[in-house]
Amino acid sequence: MLIIKNLHVSINGKEILKGIDLKVNAGEIHAIMGPNGSGKSTLASILAGREEFEVTEGSVEYMGEDLLELSPEDRARKGIFLGFQYPVEIPGVSMVNFMKTALNEKRKYHGLEPISASDFLKLMREKKEIVDFASSLTNRSVNEGFSGGEKKKNEIFQMAMLEPQLSILDETDSGLDIDALRIVAHGVNQLRSKENATIVITHYQRLLQYIVPDFVHVLYKGKIVRSSGKELALELEEKGYDWLKEEAESN
Amino acid sequence: MTHIELQEELSNLYVSNAGRLAEGTGKVINALRPKAFEDFKRLGIPTRKDENYKYTDLMNYLQGDYSYEIAPSKFSVKLEDLFRCDIPNLNTHLILVLNGFYYEHETVEPLPKGVIVSSLAEASIKYPELVNRHYAQYANTADDSLAALNTLFAQDGIFIYVPKNVTIDKPIQIVNLGFSMKNLRITRRNLIVVEAGSKASMLVCDHTLCDKSFITNSLTEIYVGESACFEMVRMQNENSRSSQIANISVYQEAESTFTSNTLALHGGLIRNNIFAKLAGERALNNTYGIFYADDHQHIGIFTYIHHAKPHCRSDQLFKGILDGEATGAFNGKILVDKYAVKTLAYQRNSNIMLSNKAKMNSKPQLEIYNDDVKCSHGATDGQLDAEGLFYLRSRGIGYKEARQLMMYAFANEVMNKITLEPLRERMNEMIDKRLRGQLAHCENCNIHHS
Repeated sequence: MLIIKNLHVSINGKEILKGIDLKVNAGEIHAIMGPNGSGKSTLASILAGREEFEVTEGSVEYMGEDLLELSPEDRARKGIFLGFQYPVEIPGVSMVNFMKTALNEKRKYHGLEPISASDFLKLMREKKEIVDFASSLTNRSVNEGFSGGEKKKNEIFQMAMLEPQLSILDETDSGLDIDALRIVAHGVNQLRSKENATIVITHYQRLLQYIVPDFVHVLYKGKIVRSSGKELALELEEKGYDWLKEEAESN
Repeated sequence: MTHIELQEELSNLYVSNAGRLAEGTGKVINALRPKAFEDFKRLGIPTRKDENYKYTDLMNYLQGDYSYEIAPSKFSVKLEDLFRCDIPNLNTHLILVLNGFYYEHETVEPLPKGVIVSSLAEASIKYPELVNRHYAQYANTADDSLAALNTLFAQDGIFIYVPKNVTIDKPIQIVNLGFSMKNLRITRRNLIVVEAGSKASMLVCDHTLCDKSFITNSLTEIYVGESACFEMVRMQNENSRSSQIANISVYQEAESTFTSNTLALHGGLIRNNIFAKLAGERALNNTYGIFYADDHQHIGIFTYIHHAKPHCRSDQLFKGILDGEATGAFNGKILVDKYAVKTLAYQRNSNIMLSNKAKMNSKPQLEIYNDDVKCSHGATDGQLDAEGLFYLRSRGIGYKEARQLMMYAFANEVMNKITLEPLRERMNEMIDKRLRGQLAHCENCNIHHS
């Protein structure tokens, strides 16, 4: 589904990612871990199409296509979803209008008719339940005045609405208490299928108790320094990142 | 042409038509012309040296080859057939004004007892005492040359009278139309009196029905009696060749509420002057507006809120979106008198610049003569929030649509201040249309504005 080869990325002339290789297949969950400043969020941003980053080398292929050639909106329409670390508040744009527009833009792209009002309401109702998302929130402006937990739930709600093939969840666990974390993880697990894949970016092992990954990668100074199964996350929880840092430095 | 030459041209126009100008109007209106003439001759056309017109160069817009109609022109077609309101399903008392003259047509429904909605010319003859009590009492012709010019040429417009303790549920909708075979100067004068304890609302729509150029000088005086409540929504949508200077002077008695919301959507030059005097205790004034300007359009907003009595509150919010090579100006002044203690006065202007060739000048001014007040003012200019745009795009919403949503959201804060829900919904549709570039041509007569 996703093949990243030797990806180098800079911002303002400073190289952040220094040769990433990663392959994600349908049905898989990958966790990307690493200390702060290792380039985790940059990787998420580049996959979603944030324009301030510059790819200096390497390639990203998504479903056989050159992903880097696509606009952010086309990536989303083709099934990529980024769960934001810091979801943006947009006063004046209602959640309902936002979701309806997003859904219909995607449908239009795929040559489908706009969704009917009743089908849309039904879909909203159905998807809200997945993350226990309060109805009062969908009547408000996008993320405006939402608590940290509500914002993250909203990300998963949007993910449920848009049914992406590849979801990238950027530090979705940050700022969540244990109950909210469980709800968010439950949502992600419910949306899991053989056809779609998820990349979970996290600093802590905590989230991975609830979303069990097939693979764990450790990113350090812009490179993946280790890839392994889910047991790696537990090892990191126990030992911290220092031993991997030392290992990477000595190489 | 210099501003002195223009002043002479307009003075000559008056002198050679003085007799005919006075024909259809009552003594109340005619008696004030000589004084207005003196004022106009003394004040002249405002130039950029005039502090209030520093950023609005009127001379660019006011000169040229224009006709003037002393009597309303006759058309073989019915105006109500020619004009189709762009705002569907709006249930209002509809009044049409053509080139500044009240247009007689069948009114749909009777208004509550004692309410007068008529031509100002007619009212000045039929109700001289009533008109006399309020006419030219609130506009400052001695200091404002355009108000003087309006009073000099005033013939017609709308007169609305709401007697004490009457509530009019449906908004009164006034549609000002420009329609002519020649470029035209228009003078429009309105007088609105809402007596104590009454409640009314009004929607004013300005349209040009053809691609001729119109220069409109309009002046609306509004009296809001004790504990009365008057809400006004204005939608200005004229072709790019047209200019309008719209003066509003409001006088508020104790515990009255006046709310205005001005949507300046399209026009070559739109200059909105809003004066309000809070002349009774605990009066509330809400002055809001949104504008969108592109191409070479200019929008200037000038407000002057005068707190003359204690415990009053005023709230101003103006938002602008500028694109292309459009220019805008906001000059907002709050004056608080020495005895106007416990005043609350707020003012905010924020603008979004969509192009780096667009230009906005914003000047908030506070003049406060006592220290028991709470006042604030602020002005910001910026671009559309890049993070918000990316967020929308990352959900599959295309760049254009995402921008549209963000602009609409920006306008929303102002639109939410419209308290009449059906009106707010319809106006939101108009804003949406305008932001999509669909208002740049006139659907009524299928002539493209450019």
